[in-house]
Amino acid sequence: MENLGALAILLAFCVALYATFASVIGRLKAKPFLVVSGERAVYSVWALVTLASGILVYSLITSDFRFAYVAEHSNRTMPMLYKYAAWWGGQEGSLLFWSFLLSTYASVVVFTNRRKHRDMMPWVVGVITTIQTFFLVLNNFVANPFQMLATDKLIVAVPDGNGLSPLLQYPAMAIHPPMLYLGYVGFSIPFAFAIGSLITKQPGDGWIHTTRRWTLVTWLFQSTGVMLGMAWAYHVLGWGGYWGWDPVENASVLPWISGTAFLHSVMMQEKKGMMKVWNIVLVSTTFFLCILGTFLTRSGVVQSVHAFARSEVGKYFVSFLALGIAATLYLILDRLEYLKSEAELESVISRESSFLFNNLILLASCFAVLWGTLFPVISEAATGNKISLDADWYNRLMVPIGLFLLLLTGVGPLFAWRRTSVESLRRNFQYPGIASLVLVGALAAAGVRHPYALISLGFCLFVALTVIMEFYKGAKAIAAKNNFNLLHATAELTQRNTRRYGGYLVHMGIVLMFVGFTGHAFNQAEVKELNKGDTMQVGVYTLRMTDLQQGENENYAWHRATMDVTKNGEPLGTLEPEKRFYKASRQGTSEVGIRQRPNEDLYLNFGGMSDDNQRAVIQAYVFPLVMWIWIGGLVLIGGTLICLVPSKVKMQYARTEVVGYTTQHATVKK
Amino acid sequence: MKKYGKFAALIAIVVGTVLWLATSGATESQSYYKTVPELQKMGGEAYGKHIRVGGDVEAGSIQRVGKEVQFVLVQDTTKLRVAYTGTDPLPDTFKDGAQALADGKLERDGIFRAKTIQAKCASKYEAKPGDLKPGQTAPNINSGKSI
Repeated sequence: MENLGALAILLAFCVALYATFASVIGRLKAKPFLVVSGERAVYSVWALVTLASGILVYSLITSDFRFAYVAEHSNRTMPMLYKYAAWWGGQEGSLLFWSFLLSTYASVVVFTNRRKHRDMMPWVVGVITTIQTFFLVLNNFVANPFQMLATDKLIVAVPDGNGLSPLLQYPAMAIHPPMLYLGYVGFSIPFAFAIGSLITKQPGDGWIHTTRRWTLVTWLFQSTGVMLGMAWAYHVLGWGGYWGWDPVENASVLPWISGTAFLHSVMMQEKKGMMKVWNIVLVSTTFFLCILGTFLTRSGVVQSVHAFARSEVGKYFVSFLALGIAATLYLILDRLEYLKSEAELESVISRESSFLFNNLILLASCFAVLWGTLFPVISEAATGNKISLDADWYNRLMVPIGLFLLLLTGVGPLFAWRRTSVESLRRNFQYPGIASLVLVGALAAAGVRHPYALISLGFCLFVALTVIMEFYKGAKAIAAKNNFNLLHATAELTQRNTRRYGGYLVHMGIVLMFVGFTGHAFNQAEVKELNKGDTMQVGVYTLRMTDLQQGENENYAWHRATMDVTKNGEPLGTLEPEKRFYKASRQGTSEVGIRQRPNEDLYLNFGGMSDDNQRAVIQAYVFPLVMWIWIGGLVLIGGTLICLVPSKVKMQYARTEVVGYTTQHATVKK
Repeated sequence: MKKYGKFAALIAIVVGTVLWLATSGATESQSYYKTVPELQKMGGEAYGKHIRVGGDVEAGSIQRVGKEVQFVLVQDTTKLRVAYTGTDPLPDTFKDGAQALADGKLERDGIFRAKTIQAKCASKYEAKPGDLKPGQTAPNINSGKSI
């Protein structure tokens, strides 16, 4: 069985290598049979990797502890869901999971394009299978999931395994890595098409049209993955935050930021034929950031004290990144001529310009986060001291950047292409502007002094109003024309141009998330050691510990406090924060007690037992508006899904191109 | 060319602001990763800097003195006295022999005052070579590699 798995990934490696050469040589020598055999090889790679994955998953669910991987990441008492999730719980398994996803995507691409893009497809297949080969090298020779435990050349099983890290034994966490990986892996496809189109010097932007859905779906997976990560951190880690600028979190958000920039700047290419070089650079950046992200999350480069040189997979990833980036750069420079822009920037207050600044800001923030994440590595190389930057540094940088982006979210879509008249600015922004100034004034009068919070809430209202006005204006016109009610008209409006109105909804989701982020400025925290019957106060809530229990089951030992919550004497129910200590992995986790409401969350964490083991340390927090982050996330997902639905009215983008000038009107001869 | 001047100015403002935000106050946000021997080597330079120091908790060294928890971090025979002054309870994994990461500052009296402590225990089946009984061989992960 284990031999079959190992054989399957070895064969997959050979076949993937064959596919690369067959496609490229077949294309160069114009041998269609070779090209077709390369495409079929893609399907075989999928079959082989799927077989290997199946064997690994089977050994996980049957608790076959002869496998080193199973012994390290699973145990007998783990619930079935987490036995599946252990597939991506460790380095070897998650790299196999990468290979599996990539081969699945590759098969879908080859199948859906079997009669399209015949000129470019061999190169696309070549690029994808090169990436596939790289991951299969890792699967076979560096992090093989089919290593067995042995004593004196005899394969033995250990009685029980370590179990999946208990922090990962949480439902959102079982689907968070697959979501992120679907996103990471997915960007290989637009990248492959971009490179294919670059190599064959395709006229026009076929690669963008072909991969638009891919990019959106991939971006959706990434967004979902990042948000699940936030939800997990908030609900499981017990420190009450959802984002700590941890290297692993940064790794997940970096390709998301550059992917967001890409989604926006492709519109410039579609409509105006501008920013062609930039788009290739962006899609490549995103792809390499995905590879870097996989590397950062899997190798532990940054977080541990001195791991960079030691990490086994590190060398391979760094070489792959260096070669890939060099090859991409060479290609872009070599083909600059063909990527010439078809139009020029005309005015600072125009749609083009807002896209330009959106991209500039997104890329600047992407670079800043990357710089901060790699700072320990950079500083060690430069000065010999490994220095890390804390969350304050990121916040100081990213909060203003985020606010500026939020503002652009509101104004950008309403600027006209080429240039915007003062009249249209007044029409679009007068009411939202006045309303948000009123809001800021009212909040300041009510005693809110936090400057960023005031700016943020002001911008949130401004952007929300501009979005609502766009929907209202469009819907009113349709309602008047067709005699629909406003709700029906809104649905009709969205259906007619899903891309535009779905995009507005995504922006709305971002606004709601910013509302949630702003709540951070008003957090309250209290820590107290409590015995049964003791009370504490946090915000408007009075907490009384009515019970303190402990116990254990076969998986973990636990302490649990039962806390009665009252507000001004009115009972609001009980919360039960719990602390667990998992036996197999010897790690502790928190099961926090949260009372979630739209205005604020009451968040209780069982910090631990006091030094004399008599009292419980309860950390109580009030987090205003946090729920809006999750609501905003759902709106964002909904908006993206709407973008994916084809519009009812088929839109052909008319390019505004200056073809030439005529000095005099042509006269029609009679 | 005038409009390009405008764009260039705006871009310069944006990039300049980002750079300014990134560099201003960056020194307060920096913390050094050091092992116990490396911290020793830094000598006087180490005082006042924000440092994360990693090492093993020396067996039997954990003491509670009032609100403080004192212990010794050791690596390759170099020792460092640490006093934990934070408010959060120490992690359950913080025990004799655990690997610990202390986050804080080295004071002039040679004691490292830590605000937070992270600790990690050796996991269940990864037996260290030294822990094996005579006649027992270490589980060799690679020898079973098929093919």
